[in-house]
Amino acid sequence: MKLRKELWFGFSLMAAIIIPVVVLMPWSHLTNGHLGLMMLALICVGIMLGFPTAFTLMGMGVFFAWLAYRSVDPATADRRVLDLFVQRTYGVMSNDVLIAIPLFLFMGYLVERAQLIDKLFRSLHLAAARVPGALAVATIITCAIFATATGIVGAVVTLMGLLAFPAMLKAGYNVKVAAGAVTAGGCLGILIPPSVLLIVYGAVAGVSVVQLYAGAFLPGFMLAALYVGYIILLAWWKPHLMPPLAASERRVELPPFAQTLAQQGSNALTGLWRALGTSRGVAKRTVLAQLFVTLVPALFIAALLGTAYRVTTAPEVEASTAGLIEAGGLVAAPEQEREASTGLIGAQEPEEKESQVKEPPAEGTKTGEGAKEPGAAPAVGEKSAETAAAASEQARLPVPLWFWIVFGVAIGALAVIYRLWNWERLEVFKMLLSSFFPLALMILAVLGSIVFGLATPSEAAAVGGFGGFLLAAVYRFIAYWREGESAGKDTGKAVWSTVKELGVIVKESSFLTAKTSAMVCWLFVGSGIFSAAFALLGGQEVIEKWVLSLDMTPVQFMILAQFIIFILGWPLEWTEIIIIFMPIFLPLLPHFHIDPLFFGLLVALNLQTAFLSPPVAMAAFYLKGVSPPHVTLNAIFAGMMPFMGIQVIALVLLYVFPQIGLWLPQLVYGR
Amino acid sequence: MQKLLLFVDKVSTWVGQAFSWFIVALTLHVSWEVFSRYVLDHPRAWAFDAMIMMYGTLFMMAGAYTLAKNGHVRGDVIYGFFSPRAQAVLDLTLYIVFFIPGIVALVWAGYTYASESWAINEHSNITSEGPPVYPFKTVIPLAGAFVLVQGIVEIIRCVICIKQGEWPSREADVQEVDVEKLKEMVHVKDEDIENLDKFVVQQERHK
Repeated sequence: MKLRKELWFGFSLMAAIIIPVVVLMPWSHLTNGHLGLMMLALICVGIMLGFPTAFTLMGMGVFFAWLAYRSVDPATADRRVLDLFVQRTYGVMSNDVLIAIPLFLFMGYLVERAQLIDKLFRSLHLAAARVPGALAVATIITCAIFATATGIVGAVVTLMGLLAFPAMLKAGYNVKVAAGAVTAGGCLGILIPPSVLLIVYGAVAGVSVVQLYAGAFLPGFMLAALYVGYIILLAWWKPHLMPPLAASERRVELPPFAQTLAQQGSNALTGLWRALGTSRGVAKRTVLAQLFVTLVPALFIAALLGTAYRVTTAPEVEASTAGLIEAGGLVAAPEQEREASTGLIGAQEPEEKESQVKEPPAEGTKTGEGAKEPGAAPAVGEKSAETAAAASEQARLPVPLWFWIVFGVAIGALAVIYRLWNWERLEVFKMLLSSFFPLALMILAVLGSIVFGLATPSEAAAVGGFGGFLLAAVYRFIAYWREGESAGKDTGKAVWSTVKELGVIVKESSFLTAKTSAMVCWLFVGSGIFSAAFALLGGQEVIEKWVLSLDMTPVQFMILAQFIIFILGWPLEWTEIIIIFMPIFLPLLPHFHIDPLFFGLLVALNLQTAFLSPPVAMAAFYLKGVSPPHVTLNAIFAGMMPFMGIQVIALVLLYVFPQIGLWLPQLVYGR
Repeated sequence: MQKLLLFVDKVSTWVGQAFSWFIVALTLHVSWEVFSRYVLDHPRAWAFDAMIMMYGTLFMMAGAYTLAKNGHVRGDVIYGFFSPRAQAVLDLTLYIVFFIPGIVALVWAGYTYASESWAINEHSNITSEGPPVYPFKTVIPLAGAFVLVQGIVEIIRCVICIKQGEWPSREADVQEVDVEKLKEMVHVKDEDIENLDKFVVQQERHK
């Protein structure tokens, strides 16, 4: 009789919506506004019935839009409905925000099929071996990186359920903790950009996706960091839940040359250096190559410091990006934001116009008074323009103090790194170099180019997709090449097998991309006509009037809105929530002085919670599908609970300290 | 009958898959455009139009394909708990109430929209001398027609299901989360998962 219970639940939910509407409707004098509300109630029921939502919206939207037009002029109603519908459809087809969706999906599917997740997990697990709860920490980090690149919750949870979950169980981890780590980690991809959810929200709310990405960056990583912090604390507090790894699990296989060299000393840097001078049975080439790998962190930090030095001390003209950002902060930025998001090509002009309020950060700390009191900038403008002009004549600006501090810290960090750099760590670093860094670099490149305005989201997505393709190609080729080498086959064979497999990967990825983007975008087509009908009937006004009559404070409204979205997250997919219900909330935001960008971040964080909340948590079912029979759904749910609690904490943190989300957009776009 | 249904499925799938290659073209096109703008300093005026058209055509033409694979998102609150017959009755009703009017309106409106565009030989006005827009607008009625045909097939499926008490079969397709394939990818076999069970049981016994 279990079946009946769920049906009863569903039906009573529907009745709870229908009955008040039927009772409260003033049937004798129905206005269009009432029809609008009725339409909203009907769509809730319609969606719950389980018919493809896109078509429900379409049918209902066409019918109600026709009713609305008929009430004005019955003669032209047909014509006008059809015009409205097709124009809305064409609007979705030519939407330059939504175009990023298929591109990011494609990138995700390609990365998913590049088969790098087991390498990624293995190397992170070794890298984190000494941290309490090492496997769970490695799981979260793997998920954060991989989920970010792919954005497909189901695939990430399934893959981690196959890889990390068994490893954790074998190591004696508590089933609940292990399940919680896998499911919570798998859902991170929804929030951390480049996520499709934020594109959809940006398209619906008319918020720049670029700013949403910049805004979601820190909250996303804050959430991941909270997860990791929780795991470490729990492992330290209750070690029996997550016993430390056995020595055999931690051991790193050393290659032959390292074993020979390791006998002379445990530090890899000095060992390699000495081996360079006197050959001790190890080929020079190997030593040089290893030495180069060892020096990668040093080179990286040197490059970073070098760039920082160039940027901070560069003469005025070269500091144009920094100047533009500062200027954006002082002069209200809407136009600038466009410039920033379409690339810096067009930025030359505004930069010149506003040069009197421009202060490169380096100068600000040393000479300029203007940067310290931005309010007085226009008045001081004249003066600082002069100093700026003077500054541009000298070749290099003086080096600011903070640069030397950073320099010192970096050198200190390098010293510590190389002091601890033994042969095992060299191996682990090499593994990370081949799995973690390429993916992380790709994501950072995609995000960086978006956030700093070098490319629009769609352009970055396309380049990311291309990068995903290259990644898949390289990883598959290396795998085949290794296989062929041990079997004694030549390189040509490996190339051929790679090309064949890449063909399959690209084919499958593009088919999946087509299906998923059709799903999302047809929903937009349906909601286009639906929301138009809702607006025509004046349903929005009725809701607005009602909400305003409740006389809520912004905080109350915010909590109510987030609560409704959370509840909606149980029966509905996030696509439906954002595309259908967000347009109802959005016009209310200005009344309560809420930034739609900030609201979007809260919604993204909130909807992630929905993926983890029983009874319909998708993540749990994906994990259950690949776990041993004695792992019950209840155990998985119980494991997810603490992580859900952390999400709520994150939500509260973000609400109390909006700067977590708004700092980066403000810094870069001067919102 | 089943043969005819599967044939229409195949046509929808073939069309959708053919147009899904646009994503590869789109990726390459935009990547090249970024490269040629920043490195070669040679942006192309029609690039943006081409981008939009590829994207729009891609998802519209994949609509029927997605429908054929039952891939359009459903609000699954109670639907999954119904018997197949109840599901079919529900779907049949809603196909007639919502789907047919909606899609017919789309095809009809799209047809006049596109024919007007053909009549005035419309070109894109994003850039001067933009590419023609009428083929792109023709996609609306075309995609709508494919979805309509596929929808009729789905209606017939509902009728068959009501008669037989179970859903007629569909052809398999790539899945977003294909557990078997993912298992193969990370070299996990079913026995491995079975073997894990002892750890779980062991843990339970300790309590």
